[in-house]
Amino acid sequence: MKVLRAARMERCIGCHSCSLACARQVHKSLSWNKAGIRISSAGGLSTGFEARICLACNPAPCAEACPTGALFQRKGGGVIQKKKLCIRCGECAAACPVDAIFLDHQVNPYVCIHCGQCVEFCPHDCLEMVELTSQTDGEGGSDD
Amino acid sequence: MIRDHFRIMVANLTTGKTSILDRPGRNEYLGGSGLAAMLFEEFGHMDRDWDDPEQPVIFAIGPLTGYFPLMSKTCCSFRSPYHNQYTESYAGGKSALSLRFADLDALVIVGKAKRLTALCVGSRRVETRDVEYMRGFDALQTGRVLRKMFPGSGRRSILRIGPAAENLSAYACINVDTYRHFGRMGGGTAMGVKNLKAICILGDRGFALPEGKAYSKLYKDIFKQLTTTEMMAKYHGLGTAVNINPLNELKSLPWKNMQQTSSPEADNISGERFADDTLLRNAACAGCPVGCIHVGFVREQFQTNNQYLYRQVGYDYEPIFACGGMLEVTDTGEVLRILDVIEKEGLDNMSSGVAMAWATEALEKGVISEKETVVKLTWGDTESYMQAVEYISRPPNDFYKLLAQGTLKCAEVYGGKDYACVLGQEMAGYATGEVFFVSEALGFRHAHLDAGGYSWDQKHEDKDVKAALDFLIDDARDRIVLNCMVGCLFSRGVYNDDLLAEALESVGYTGLKGKMPEIGKRVQKMRWRLRLGMGYDPNKVKIPKRYSEVTTWKGPIDMDYMDALRTGYAARIMDLGAPIEDDE
Repeated sequence: MKVLRAARMERCIGCHSCSLACARQVHKSLSWNKAGIRISSAGGLSTGFEARICLACNPAPCAEACPTGALFQRKGGGVIQKKKLCIRCGECAAACPVDAIFLDHQVNPYVCIHCGQCVEFCPHDCLEMVELTSQTDGEGGSDD
Repeated sequence: MIRDHFRIMVANLTTGKTSILDRPGRNEYLGGSGLAAMLFEEFGHMDRDWDDPEQPVIFAIGPLTGYFPLMSKTCCSFRSPYHNQYTESYAGGKSALSLRFADLDALVIVGKAKRLTALCVGSRRVETRDVEYMRGFDALQTGRVLRKMFPGSGRRSILRIGPAAENLSAYACINVDTYRHFGRMGGGTAMGVKNLKAICILGDRGFALPEGKAYSKLYKDIFKQLTTTEMMAKYHGLGTAVNINPLNELKSLPWKNMQQTSSPEADNISGERFADDTLLRNAACAGCPVGCIHVGFVREQFQTNNQYLYRQVGYDYEPIFACGGMLEVTDTGEVLRILDVIEKEGLDNMSSGVAMAWATEALEKGVISEKETVVKLTWGDTESYMQAVEYISRPPNDFYKLLAQGTLKCAEVYGGKDYACVLGQEMAGYATGEVFFVSEALGFRHAHLDAGGYSWDQKHEDKDVKAALDFLIDDARDRIVLNCMVGCLFSRGVYNDDLLAEALESVGYTGLKGKMPEIGKRVQKMRWRLRLGMGYDPNKVKIPKRYSEVTTWKGPIDMDYMDALRTGYAARIMDLGAPIEDDE
């Protein structure tokens, strides 16, 4: 399974086309927040941009934190979301190590589902879908 | 879903109270320019000066802001400190999408705060904070502090002013998100006189989109058109700075206070040279994949032993013309250094450059002395111009106080009116000929973007007054439609009236097909009524002598042609702005 990577953010011009595309095509919303990828400056526009995006953890702490199974492990990394099961507790966002889950004011979570629909809307080719090298469950996350 | 009415926030800085209002008029005014004029009719005062605390500063977006690419700008309207009449200025950055996601079609600010204040608005937030301690902070430093004060990186816009606007210069700008500006006609001072240092707009809401695929499909089509056309390659690639060389070749590049219209040195500050030597990267307004913002880089040694500082400075054609060619500063890095000071002080860079060009010639001719200019203004001398920018922003004497009110106002007292390059305000960078000079001198915003007079000059050798005036009026009306949508004018080749109607329909707003010209005309007339009602008389506009002395690719200026255009355009403006009882 492929995952989305913001591989070339040093090219980003801050147009938000990716966020708008995700909100529009995936979440049927007009928003730059209700999206699986969100762009912000790294401290004012003179410092360039960074993308808040799911890094496709495996196992995913957000899925482990979800009490209802609304978020569950996606094969190859990341999560699959079943919105109907969500009780809007916000535990997923709290568990995410990279602040990649956006909660709207009703505590609905928005997270990247690695569908890749945003990629073609990036004018500078900052984004790409990549095949992750396989990782044995339970071995990820530690470098010590 | 687009509302059939407007949702407006009115913030009163005197009382500290805010209200949310609904107003009808979507089908009559669309939004943006039309909405701003409509709101000025309601909240503005024809019989009070620009600095009356009750005069509004209005920010308005369009119905498609955020819904489609390049629908990414905001219209700001106010009574101008430059000429004490109604005016508009446009900027992008994240201002437009932030207003959209704050769920506001317009933000109207009235009243005056007792002390320097920052205002923060969002869909669920209104807050004012005393920021008296920021008095004198430059525009970039102000941005840094505001970012900490009102968190929300990536989904907010920060509009702020520098010292020039606090000191009520007539051409102080509003800096938007560091690299964009409500640049012209003194919008910064319209904020400054209210003691309003900054506005943070939090775009913290989202909206459901209509079911079905029509909208997504049309979005994709328009996105492709906008990102694959040659026009867009120009704005994305070298950016507007690409115009330096062709205008120089056409003998249409104002140079050295327009003593010349071309120079062999122009290539040293061309778009190509800026890209090769200084371009650090591009940036974009939110909602625009084109990314026309060009950020240049210059480093300078400030101490021995390899101690350097660096500046990241936005550039475009107009600032290069004004602070490069007009001052005969012919090194890209040196131009950026001047622009950097202007950015910090919060001045309009075109007015600043042209004002300094006039002062340099006046000093050279002995009309003024170093007693007035304090520093010896000399063509090409960057250091003297960097110093003079600070004096315009924070005047040390009466000369700079006047210069900060406008070049012509200064020349009227000290002399040298003949060579003040002023067409309603300090000129834009097009010495293309009679049609442009008249268009900018008399035009509504005195902006090169009011109508494509510069383009007409470059394409027509005939001197058909009626055809040229018809073009100016019709082109202005077409641009007004896009200004009501508040789409970027760079997209005007793509967003024709039919496509705009189709885009509106795709998000569920029907009934405007075929109505755009009528709306454009209505707003055109309304804006002129406002302006004329505040005392503007286009018949009294004088075009300084310098404009009769230049030579363009067509040869010397034809004074008879220019006069016929001037009187003809004035008559058309009077007609468009006639009182309403004679109108509809």
